[in-house]
Amino acid sequence: MKENIVIIGGGIAGMEAASQLLDLGYKPIIIEKSDHLGGHVAEWNCLFPDMTPAGDVVKNLVTRSAGANIFLNTEISFVNKLKDSYNIMLSNGISIITKIILVTTGFSLFDASKKEEYGYGIYDQVITNKDLEHWFNTGDDKRVGDCGMNAVGFVHCVGSRDEKARNSQCSKVCCITAVKQAIEIKQKFPEAMVYCFYMDLRMFGKKYEDFYISAQRDYGIRFIRGRVSEVSENIDGKVIVKAEDTLSGKPVKVTLDLLVLMAGMVCCKDSTKVANMISLPVDSDGFLKSRDNVTGIIEAPKEGIFYAGACTGPKTVPETLAEARAAALNVHLYINRMK
Amino acid sequence: MMDFGFKISPSSTINLDKVDLEKFTRLHEIEPDVYKCMACGSCSSTCPAGRFSGMSLRKVILDLQRGKEKEAVAMMKNCMLCGKCTMVCPRGINTRHLILSIYRIYAEDEK
Amino acid sequence: MIYQGKQKIWADYQKEIPDNRWFYVRSCIRQNFFPGAERMFLEICRNVLGKDFFETEYHTTCGGIAYHCDTIPQETVMTIIARQFALMTEAGYENYVASCITSFGNYAETLETWREFPEVETRIRELLWKACRREFKTPKYLAHASDLIYKYRNEIAARAKFRLINRFTGEPLRVVEHIGCHYSKMFPSKGVGGAEYPYVLCGMIEAWGGNVIDYPERRHCCGYGFRQYHVKANRGYSVSNTYKKFESMEPYHPDFIITNCPGCPYFMDRWQYVIAETEGKTYGENGYGIPVLTYEEVASLVLGYNPWDIGLQLHQVAVEPLLDKLGIEYDPDAKYKGLNKKDLLRPELPGILKCC
Repeated sequence: MKENIVIIGGGIAGMEAASQLLDLGYKPIIIEKSDHLGGHVAEWNCLFPDMTPAGDVVKNLVTRSAGANIFLNTEISFVNKLKDSYNIMLSNGISIITKIILVTTGFSLFDASKKEEYGYGIYDQVITNKDLEHWFNTGDDKRVGDCGMNAVGFVHCVGSRDEKARNSQCSKVCCITAVKQAIEIKQKFPEAMVYCFYMDLRMFGKKYEDFYISAQRDYGIRFIRGRVSEVSENIDGKVIVKAEDTLSGKPVKVTLDLLVLMAGMVCCKDSTKVANMISLPVDSDGFLKSRDNVTGIIEAPKEGIFYAGACTGPKTVPETLAEARAAALNVHLYINRMK
Repeated sequence: MMDFGFKISPSSTINLDKVDLEKFTRLHEIEPDVYKCMACGSCSSTCPAGRFSGMSLRKVILDLQRGKEKEAVAMMKNCMLCGKCTMVCPRGINTRHLILSIYRIYAEDEK
Repeated sequence: MIYQGKQKIWADYQKEIPDNRWFYVRSCIRQNFFPGAERMFLEICRNVLGKDFFETEYHTTCGGIAYHCDTIPQETVMTIIARQFALMTEAGYENYVASCITSFGNYAETLETWREFPEVETRIRELLWKACRREFKTPKYLAHASDLIYKYRNEIAARAKFRLINRFTGEPLRVVEHIGCHYSKMFPSKGVGGAEYPYVLCGMIEAWGGNVIDYPERRHCCGYGFRQYHVKANRGYSVSNTYKKFESMEPYHPDFIITNCPGCPYFMDRWQYVIAETEGKTYGENGYGIPVLTYEEVASLVLGYNPWDIGLQLHQVAVEPLLDKLGIEYDPDAKYKGLNKKDLLRPELPGILKCC
């Protein structure tokens, strides 16, 4: 069991795979560029559809993967291809020779300020889904709560399904995240009118539709089918949102105390960096290209390289964890075949 | 006032700030499922009256939430209460009860 | 409002504007709307700042109005533009500056089309040669005249006789800036500050001491637009758009509006009269309107030119309340005297909109 297994990225995919590999008797190495494990999930408050605390999920994974060799604050400086293995040089000066690399670099949150018309970073009362989770976690954000909170809006598909933002893909989780966050806002501010501006509602996962019905029936959240076209600020510092109410066929506008942009998932530049270092192909959506999008999503087209999680496209937490387990098993079978 | 042969046209924008939802809130108390409508249009496509009169329950529910109460009530007058919409609603809304409740709340001014 | 956020966007949309040696082309309609503006542009650039701005009486319209009214095909517009470029080349200039926003948009559109479809440029070169035996080089730099005043804003501020400060309160004047649609909405990267938060006029106001107002309908059209106004049946649509803008800026009590397009100042100025006469509504203080100025007029006022020499008497909305705030002295009796002191006759006064 001396085989080196290098896992690039210490998010939930990397940790889940590591924990499975530990159970199979291996000693995987996790390389994480930040100073903590858990990736994006560590910054989230709770997870749809059962409001599972994200902190518990991360804590559990950190405990289970603790036996791995974990390098925090570490990046990959370069990779040399040897005859049948890779020499990975880390920023801390350590080099690792390995035949197996599991890429779990995840995604980046779309930079909402790129959608200039939505005024993120310009108008005080425009925040992102991530900012709102931060507020749920810490209560530390003057933009939320300090204002009247009479009306709150959520904009779906910010930077997703948007060719002009160069992301034609659906980010998959924003619809349900908006429903979740809208319910949470309504729980905290029962008097607030909460609007969701959507193009389509993609409630594909287990219990998502129930969650959506509950948002409508029990919380009275208003779903307006129309993409927000522009946001501006009025003299009181509130935001005015313009969209089309496509069901009425009329333009609609509303004044809000807070506008939350559902920033989507885009390929992470670290994935691209890793892809360049080991010559992995990138798919047309910018995410890493799998051997096959139906039967081999967790395998790279190259021997010994595996993927798990959002590095190959937007994924939910359970999908990511399932891929991580599958990837760990694939690594195990690959090592057995090599013998 | 001077006549130039042209004038300012009224805005067609729905201003949600100015929509009074007091009656709709009362409607929701009597028939909570009104919030469940997802505008699929099954009710309107199956409505026997809709073909001749433009009656559309989907539009009525939407109009009530957009401050167009008069238009909604006028449309509702074409309903024959046959109940076909109840049969097809995928969200299981008791549409007949909904329609009668709308009458009770919105048409009371006309009595 | 997070000012640093805007600065970040402004930093992303800066364009290179050479300091000197420009070939200047005028607008078809500005000469009639606000004739002082273009004259003052050349006066400031040449005589105040000592720059080389060349203009020729042989240039024509860019064809923009006909193009945007769908009455001539794009090849014709491109050939007209090619001829203007030929005049520039013959005069020995490489930097091309247009007074009109529509022209600027047309030039930018044409150059982009040629960049993407070089075969179109080849064909236009043939057409131009057949039509008038001229040849041309495409400009090295294309600018709108407001880009130049933006470029020189600090030099103008250094020579300023007046600052955009209300001398009664000591507060900066509240200014609405309005950009012509064809300045950067078609090609955000071709305008200073981009299309969402254009900086070209903001930069001038900030440099000259005023405060820019960000109001909800700042992106909205002024109400002109060729197909809106030129078809009489559409004029109600035109004035409705202007009305929407004024309703949106009203709570901010702007002291004046600065514009960089031929149509915007004209329509925002004249439609205030129509709105007053049809709706009984005025937007300035005490029954006056909000003065709408071109950036050249504002620069000229800052530099201390006589308001009547720069053509401010041609505005429908009276500028006197603004001149009073700025502390600029003027002779009310000289308002309707021409440059040659000839009497221009007095216009009839409107019924509702207060004018001096």
